[in-house]
Amino acid sequence: MSALIRIEAVSKRFSGQPQPAIDGLSVEFDAGRVNGLVGPDGAGKTTLIRLMAGLLVPSSGSVRVAGLDPVAEATELRAAVAYMPQRFGLYEDLSVMENLALYADIRGVRGAERRRRFDELLAFTQLAHFTDRLAGRLSGGMKQKLGLACALVKVPKLLLLDEPSVGVDPISRRELWRMAAELVGQGIAVIWSTAYLDEAEKCDQVLLLNAGRALFAGPPAQLTAELAGRSFLVHGLGAARRAVLEHALDHPAVIDGFVQGASLRLVLGPRAQPPTVEELRAPAGARVVPAPPRFEDAFIAHLDQRVHPHTAYAERQAIGAVGTVTVSARGLTKRFGDFTAAEDISFMIHGGEIFGLLGPNGAGKSTTFKMLCGLLKPSRGTASVSGFDLLTAASQARARIGYMAQKFSLYGDLSVRQNLDFFAGIYGLRRRRGPLIDRVVDAFGLAPYLNADAGGLPLGFKQRLALACATMHDPAVLFLDEPTSGVDPLTRREFWSHINALVGRGVTVVVTTHFMDEAEYCDRIGLVYRGRIVAEGPPERLKADAGVGSLEEAFISLVEGQEDAV
Amino acid sequence: MNDDSSHSSRRRGTPAAGMEPRLRGDAATRLGAIPRRLMALVWKEWLQIVRDPSSILIAVVLPLILLFLFGYGVSFDLKDSPVCVVIEQPSAPAAGLAASFHASRFFKADTATSTGRCIDELVAGRLNGVVVIPSDFAERLAGGDLAPVQILVDGSDPNTAGLMENYLAGTFRTWMSIDADMRGQAAAQRIGVVSRTWYNPAKESRRFLLPGLVAIIMTLIGTMLTSLVVSREWERGTMEAMMATPLTLPELVLGKLIPYYLLGMAAMAATTAITMLQFGVPFRGSIWALAGVTSIFLLTTLGQGLVISSLARNQFVATQAALFSAFLPGFLLSGLVYEIGSMPWPIRLATYLVPARYYVPSLQTLFLAGDEPGVLWPNSLAMLIIATVFFTVVVRKTPRRLDE
Repeated sequence: MSALIRIEAVSKRFSGQPQPAIDGLSVEFDAGRVNGLVGPDGAGKTTLIRLMAGLLVPSSGSVRVAGLDPVAEATELRAAVAYMPQRFGLYEDLSVMENLALYADIRGVRGAERRRRFDELLAFTQLAHFTDRLAGRLSGGMKQKLGLACALVKVPKLLLLDEPSVGVDPISRRELWRMAAELVGQGIAVIWSTAYLDEAEKCDQVLLLNAGRALFAGPPAQLTAELAGRSFLVHGLGAARRAVLEHALDHPAVIDGFVQGASLRLVLGPRAQPPTVEELRAPAGARVVPAPPRFEDAFIAHLDQRVHPHTAYAERQAIGAVGTVTVSARGLTKRFGDFTAAEDISFMIHGGEIFGLLGPNGAGKSTTFKMLCGLLKPSRGTASVSGFDLLTAASQARARIGYMAQKFSLYGDLSVRQNLDFFAGIYGLRRRRGPLIDRVVDAFGLAPYLNADAGGLPLGFKQRLALACATMHDPAVLFLDEPTSGVDPLTRREFWSHINALVGRGVTVVVTTHFMDEAEYCDRIGLVYRGRIVAEGPPERLKADAGVGSLEEAFISLVEGQEDAV
Repeated sequence: MNDDSSHSSRRRGTPAAGMEPRLRGDAATRLGAIPRRLMALVWKEWLQIVRDPSSILIAVVLPLILLFLFGYGVSFDLKDSPVCVVIEQPSAPAAGLAASFHASRFFKADTATSTGRCIDELVAGRLNGVVVIPSDFAERLAGGDLAPVQILVDGSDPNTAGLMENYLAGTFRTWMSIDADMRGQAAAQRIGVVSRTWYNPAKESRRFLLPGLVAIIMTLIGTMLTSLVVSREWERGTMEAMMATPLTLPELVLGKLIPYYLLGMAAMAATTAITMLQFGVPFRGSIWALAGVTSIFLLTTLGQGLVISSLARNQFVATQAALFSAFLPGFLLSGLVYEIGSMPWPIRLATYLVPARYYVPSLQTLFLAGDEPGVLWPNSLAMLIIATVFFTVVVRKTPRRLDE
């Protein structure tokens, strides 16, 4: 099959940036395939997609899509290419049907063809019951499906999807994959950019990008196969797994490691011997066993960047007492008018525990989360932190809470130092401010950036700064709202190593996430669906209850089980 | 790929020529599709205006507030202004003069016998002016002499002070001439000035403020709202999605222009109706001239709005830019509030760049005088030139790709 897209020696530079976003890239993509575009943030994924859509002009080299030059033959190209940008390109004040009609009119789809296509797309995206709803009122997953439907009003030759699954729950992601597979079956080429590596594994072809260059192009299985014999699982660690992970990451043979449910996953360097149980200082009964490699293992191995920041946090005194109840929710209920967003939610979380709130978009996990950290007043029930009720003793309770919002609520125009000063001020740390700021600067390695504007920091440093701001006052409980949404695996690993250090000191962590690997870090998970907690327990138990091997499958089967019950 | 073959068969030979063939090719081959796409864009824009509270605020609520504020609140006329008449020595002429101050609808006059308390009140800002009738007033008047009175006004606000001085002195002169007539001294006043004010005989400021306000309201809709909605499309990523479709640049520009032009014309009609019916301002021109001049002015404001939004891609910057480059100059430099003739020359020169400077006098003429070709044509021509400049910039600077 001849390639649908040929990219030859393409570079793209943006003025004011020292490094080119795309650096001498040559690659081909075939029709009838899902081509994954994978890489860390800033690798050039969006730039490459925009070059193919004719939205950017290459600085040098040539791009050909279906034989067309995307810039000079823009009209023909745009008739043949469908593009869904990161924010879906929907008009939020327009209903589902009005959005579809707009794109159909723009692409000249009318008459019988239009009616047929609308029926197909509405069935395909399961939006037929929501045609009158405003796009702005749709859940993340539904917006994404509508964005896709709008892109597909006219059958394209090429479909460009820029990180379509960011902030979308596993069920919607799985449906999106089903839709992509169907399109590919019709001979359409799909380009799917993602930072989720479990998605990359499902692609027919993968282009692994880093700093604008191709690290690998080919079937993902080929990349994974290179890692044969280098992936291991450590079982039987119990509560010691986070401490053992610290030792494992210091081991010279280990290039990557992370918590996976009750076990640890370790990836070794080339031709290295796996560490022994003694070397890991693991408890008796622990076993190191070979595991089939995953794409993510290969990705990290290929990037060849070890992430193991030693945080000074680990060496400091304990904050919370491990084992005592720090967060408790009793019968939390929240109603918005007639709509019950959360109903009778109860659980207890202990010091030194990571508790994950999972659930499909719009299930009520954000509402629950906001009631727990005092941002929303419950209609009924109580929430308390370290024994202080969030309603009656709000200020004492809040002084013990650290909160990190989804988009890192930092002041972009203030320097790192000024951000830290500001947060120290609002936590009332007036006198102790100096030493406390020095301490977090040291712990998170922020010293080189102290005078840089927070808005211009690399993503990983923004995340560190946000975490520094949220934990400066030594909170007993840390709330994380989708902390690594849209963040690449390297940055995510770094983030969790900081969290592990905090948890080691007895801090309680409550996290919401759509990312199943992240959910594996949790000690316990509460699955929220339709405003209720429908399952609760350690990841291993949820998997066992659902009788499946992965947390994603467990999530889907538990939610669909509820669906059937209703 | 059912009907795509028809497009690819028309592939042109000179792809390197860039955008030009694309635009021309579109016009030639898709004439049928253009109105449809344009209609879709206009309809989309209309739905957004209707459903977005901030558009309603700018297009309906804000103009109404301005209209009623200017109709009822802001006035450059004197009415019931507090003054004090000091009669140092009671006499018949002094009482007569005091009575004429009392009778005037411009003042709310008080009488006193010494200046002391009145000066205190003036200093405290409770009085706008003091008239002192000296003790020898009656004597000097009877002697056929000049009989001066002293007028004191609070000069901290020079505008009000000037106005007060004129009105107080005018009242005094009127009384003098009537008094002279009555005493048969008409000979002293051989030459009299009889002034008549044309077009606005009652000299009500609302009669020239309200028509001029239409210019401000058109600026709100044309520049502020347009730049706001376009920058919102950049912020929400819909502009990027639109650019990846076969829409052409003229379609994108017209798709914004048409709905906001119609909205502007509707606002003009509503404002004119309220000005005439609610505030009793006459309209002496023709509707066609009003529609024509307004259309030309709307082109300048819409052009300016599109220029701003092609440079500023976030709503905050767009609003600020619209406020400082269109709304405030429209208020301050158009002659609506401040007389252009009395501005220092560099600022007077700058007013020539403000489209509202040409529109405000056109409106005042249309409302109060009628279709005066001598006013309307030169002003319309000036606005057309400004509109042409803006649209040249729009066509050159509106990005067709993300890196432009």
